[in-house]
Amino acid sequence: MSKELVKKFMEIRVENVIRLKEMKEKGGKIVGYYCTFFPQELALAAGAVPVGLCGTKEEPIAAAEETLPRNLCALIKSSYGFAVTDKCPFFNFSDLIVGETTCDGKKKMFEFMGEFKPVHVMQLPYMKESKAALDLWVEELRRLRSRLESELDVTISDEAIWQAIDVINRESVAAKALCDLNQQEPPALSGMDLLTVIWSRGFNIDKEEIIEMLNELRENLGSGGDVAAGQPRVLITGCPIGLGSEKVVQLVEDVGGTVVALENCTGYKILPLQTDTSFDDPVVALAHKYLQIPCSCMTPNTGRIKLLTSMAADFKADVIIDLTWQACHTYNMESREIAKLAKRIGLPFLQLETDYSASDMENLKVRIEAILEMVEK
Amino acid sequence: MIAVGLDIGSLAAKGILLDGERQFRVIIPTGWSPRKAGEQLLDSLREQAGGAEDIRIVVTGYGRVSYQGADQAVTEISCHARGVVALLPKTDTIVDIGGQDSKVIRLNDAGKVIDFVMNDKCAAGTGRFLEVTANALGIDVDDLAASEDVSQEAAISSMCTVFAESEIIGLLASGVAKGSIIAGLHRSVGKRVAAMVRRLGVGEYIAFTGGVALNRGICRALSEELGRPVQVTDFCQFTGALGAALLAKDLG
Repeated sequence: MSKELVKKFMEIRVENVIRLKEMKEKGGKIVGYYCTFFPQELALAAGAVPVGLCGTKEEPIAAAEETLPRNLCALIKSSYGFAVTDKCPFFNFSDLIVGETTCDGKKKMFEFMGEFKPVHVMQLPYMKESKAALDLWVEELRRLRSRLESELDVTISDEAIWQAIDVINRESVAAKALCDLNQQEPPALSGMDLLTVIWSRGFNIDKEEIIEMLNELRENLGSGGDVAAGQPRVLITGCPIGLGSEKVVQLVEDVGGTVVALENCTGYKILPLQTDTSFDDPVVALAHKYLQIPCSCMTPNTGRIKLLTSMAADFKADVIIDLTWQACHTYNMESREIAKLAKRIGLPFLQLETDYSASDMENLKVRIEAILEMVEK
Repeated sequence: MIAVGLDIGSLAAKGILLDGERQFRVIIPTGWSPRKAGEQLLDSLREQAGGAEDIRIVVTGYGRVSYQGADQAVTEISCHARGVVALLPKTDTIVDIGGQDSKVIRLNDAGKVIDFVMNDKCAAGTGRFLEVTANALGIDVDDLAASEDVSQEAAISSMCTVFAESEIIGLLASGVAKGSIIAGLHRSVGKRVAAMVRRLGVGEYIAFTGGVALNRGICRALSEELGRPVQVTDFCQFTGALGAALLAKDLG
């Protein structure tokens, strides 16, 4: 039964292309985004559908390299490649693309993208502890609100934002509860299934429906899934991973480990965050939430260490693997901190620096197998 | 019980057979089929030992995936650790440079692997790097160490196999002697590997394994860069195979 439910998540992407097309024909509005810093609540409050865009596959990278430098991270090249070759239907349907200045590569890429699509870029502050950072971010959310209003020709009421906040809060709770099932031994879901479910849900146009699907799967898995017991439990952290760039998750499970949790922003990172509804202004409430995302673009980024420390304990991790996409400087450098953390809590640690291609599979396999051999089960 | 360790690397395949006190070794080029190389190793080990029954086999190296005849496949990292500990028990740091990758392994007091680093998808500083550069100099890779002139070391800045080759051609064109270039090459490999060692922290007792450890020029450069002696294991190319054979023995 749970296998079939996971399969339903796998079908979301294809099914929702058709649903979006129909919606679009009836005058529905779509806002495309790439990153968890995008406040989906504002798009929902505008009556639009927020949809995650493609950027996790190798396929369009060659086309992107006709314009972008080669030594840029695979995620930026893939995102741009999908967009410029018009191979991502979600991009095609989008009335507005929202980007953010999470890194130098992305912010320049969005300038290029703006040449053929309406793009709105949010300026993300990097030092979240300062008042100036919060003020800037609140201002940026207000600017996004105005842009959505003018671009989609709607008025966004505070009331509508509060309603959307409630929806996203519940969606995060549902997704987190499902991920947390993997704290048990054996875990409820394999890493590949976990990735499929958590990543695919971003392509679904109906939030209430996805909450229901997440809850249904969780209830079904309550009594346990079909993952074998006794395998080394791996906690993955680092750069975003989606289907198409799952090679490290797949390799871990091919050589006899099991990925119990993904701390990445495409996984668990944002799920524990809830928008505080006690604020007077919903935009300020949103700003507080989103500024807490422990992304490596922040300095310092102590939130990631805190989150990983508790995840390592909660998910009973035996190994931590930190995945870095080549040319992602902030995640690459922050790996040093993760190595220190692993040492402190006594877990074997491995940083893997790679890209979306299959060219280094054997090399990665040796390292992953060797780190699993270090676990005494 | 007879224990066999097969280490099927990217360039060379090595095999060791342990039968009580007797030890047999075979090394062959891996060629295009790692599976066939494994079978060949086993055949010739059997032949040397005058037949062998009740065999346990552990396979390692990049060919461990395609060779199906083993009781167990274990990574080179665990095998090198096991092999080195048997030969040089005090070792806490292993440098292994093979045909297509280089790695550094840290061991605890019990000889257990506690950390390791491996080069990424790049042949810099590996056996392949030496092969390509030796080729550019028109000499055999085995003769590199004997041909170096440390008194006039040339500066080689490229670590990329492809760029180093063109840098060497440039140096040759400007009249720099081969011996100086070779000394410079050894230095550049030593520097790069020493940086990898420092990533994990330099230990007290460093062992050097893999085919590249046969090159005394690189041993010298590495030892100078690290500021301490570097021990080359006996039959350094066979360390992984020995570890695999000892692990096979454990299988009982």
